[in-house]
Amino acid sequence: MSQPTKQNESIRRYAASDQSAIVVEGLVKHFGGVKALDGVDLDVKTGSVLGLLGPNGAGKTTAVRVLTTLLKPDSGSVKVAGLDVVDDAAALREQIGLAGQYAAVDENLTGRENLTMVGRLYGMKRREAQARADELLDRFELDEAANRPANTYSGGMRRRLDLADALVAKPAILFLDEPTTGLDPRSRLALWGTIEELVAEGTTVLLTTQYLDEADRLADRIAVIDHGKVVADGTSDELKDRVGGERLEVKLDDDGFNQRAIEILGSMSDEDPFVEGESVKLTVRERRGAIVEAVQKLNEAGIGIDDIGLRRPTLDEVFLSLTGHALETEDDETQEDGK
Amino acid sequence: MKRLVSDTLVIAERNLVRLPRAPDLLLAFTVQPIMFLLLFVYVFGGAIVTPGYSNYVDFLLPGIIVQNIAFGGFVTAVGLNEDLSKGLIDRFRSLPMSRPAVLAGRTLADVATNALSMTILLVTGLTIGFRFDAGLLEIAGGVVLLLLFGYAFSWVFAWLGLLVSSPESANSVGFIAVFPLTFISSAFVPVDSMPSALQWFAEANPFTVVVDAMRALWLGAPAGNSIWGAFVWTFVIMAIFAPLAVAVYRSAAGGK
Repeated sequence: MSQPTKQNESIRRYAASDQSAIVVEGLVKHFGGVKALDGVDLDVKTGSVLGLLGPNGAGKTTAVRVLTTLLKPDSGSVKVAGLDVVDDAAALREQIGLAGQYAAVDENLTGRENLTMVGRLYGMKRREAQARADELLDRFELDEAANRPANTYSGGMRRRLDLADALVAKPAILFLDEPTTGLDPRSRLALWGTIEELVAEGTTVLLTTQYLDEADRLADRIAVIDHGKVVADGTSDELKDRVGGERLEVKLDDDGFNQRAIEILGSMSDEDPFVEGESVKLTVRERRGAIVEAVQKLNEAGIGIDDIGLRRPTLDEVFLSLTGHALETEDDETQEDGK
Repeated sequence: MKRLVSDTLVIAERNLVRLPRAPDLLLAFTVQPIMFLLLFVYVFGGAIVTPGYSNYVDFLLPGIIVQNIAFGGFVTAVGLNEDLSKGLIDRFRSLPMSRPAVLAGRTLADVATNALSMTILLVTGLTIGFRFDAGLLEIAGGVVLLLLFGYAFSWVFAWLGLLVSSPESANSVGFIAVFPLTFISSAFVPVDSMPSALQWFAEANPFTVVVDAMRALWLGAPAGNSIWGAFVWTFVIMAIFAPLAVAVYRSAAGGK
């Protein structure tokens, strides 16, 4: 069941259909008396990237562990690649790859030995597993370090090896649990590039992150999770729209006209425009035509414009307004949900 | 079933390949047993009276090999605990591999390392004057008993290693639990030289049973029931601790 060709077929099969790669309905998971997941629904279309965004302890890791058959759900239905996480767990594991928070590689084995071991545990012959290991070492630019024990690797190299481990069987669906937490900015950018390549090849990705820029860049859709519940779900743009309209910012040639501009532009917004810094700012009711309308109004009044623009709310503002608290971004998420 | 065998071999190979790269572990298998044997023979040997044995090294070698092989499993305790805390168990569990193979491969690797340290002790012993008084069949029977007993203790250590919270405590809990057991036995001194309460314990101790069986097999000492007893104890320990280890593995790894 584990020949790469078979895996390619499965990628094609899911890519060709409109079927969702991941469907989660009403997922609940308790740890003792603590409700880690409280009725989570998710739907990830084949070939797309879902970003599961939330602060420490929100339930992201628990969700990934249930979806990858490491934990059994208490209730709800979870299907990955059309397979049930409880009833079809064994078959499901052939369709997925998992790269976790810890960079789970054997530190006393070399990069090549790590990858070969994983290949053989997928059921490949030794020769086949070695060939696949060499392919991946090459792709992840680990070929020079291939015969060094992984405990000599840098943090970024370990993550790459961990991700390579997850890709040994060319899985149709990839789970990445905080793939870049703790990485320096350069390694993070490089890893993002790699993930984008995988997506371009048709892999479905579910990634958890507490970084807004990561979700913004990689994810087609974002599910915001807080206290075990999905509090919002949509594209980055849709989420930003939910927070409120776009903000028009106008900088005048002469800020002596600011008060006059506030009177003139007030009809475009439900709230009163205000001055912040050097600009007059207002949340517009309608994005389309807002700049043209503002320019016309100010022109008619003979007020010169130095700069004008529309600005989207940031995901930070989205998160704050959805959950009532800011997204923490410390790198201390080690044992989010216990074992 | 085929996957269980092949996956077990892959995991066992992994555990053996990494061993030479952890120098402290390698020392524990090679230098440490030699050191203990020499210290006991030359420091305590002259003061310990062992009626019926021509010299102390004859008396001691079966005992010290049994102790050593019982401790061989501590690599399993430390290794499993590390795998758990570093997320490797999660990696294994997300693969379409045979689940029992993680423990089976781990304990199988111990058999190989136990065979290595047994050979080292035996060669050292023969060098400093140990002599068999037995046929090839009995010598081979002793080797089989030793490896089985070591394998049974690997499951004890597997269970301990999965229970405790860190590799360090796996090491020390294992030591505290097993070390006194090996000493309050016939391994190092004749049992009848101990205070009577200890004697009672030492005689019931499976270590005494196994050590006496080894002396019967390798030195022709009177065996009583100890040869059969030793095999029975070995299988009883395995029958208790293998299922315990598997149960703890399942819950420690995420409740499946």
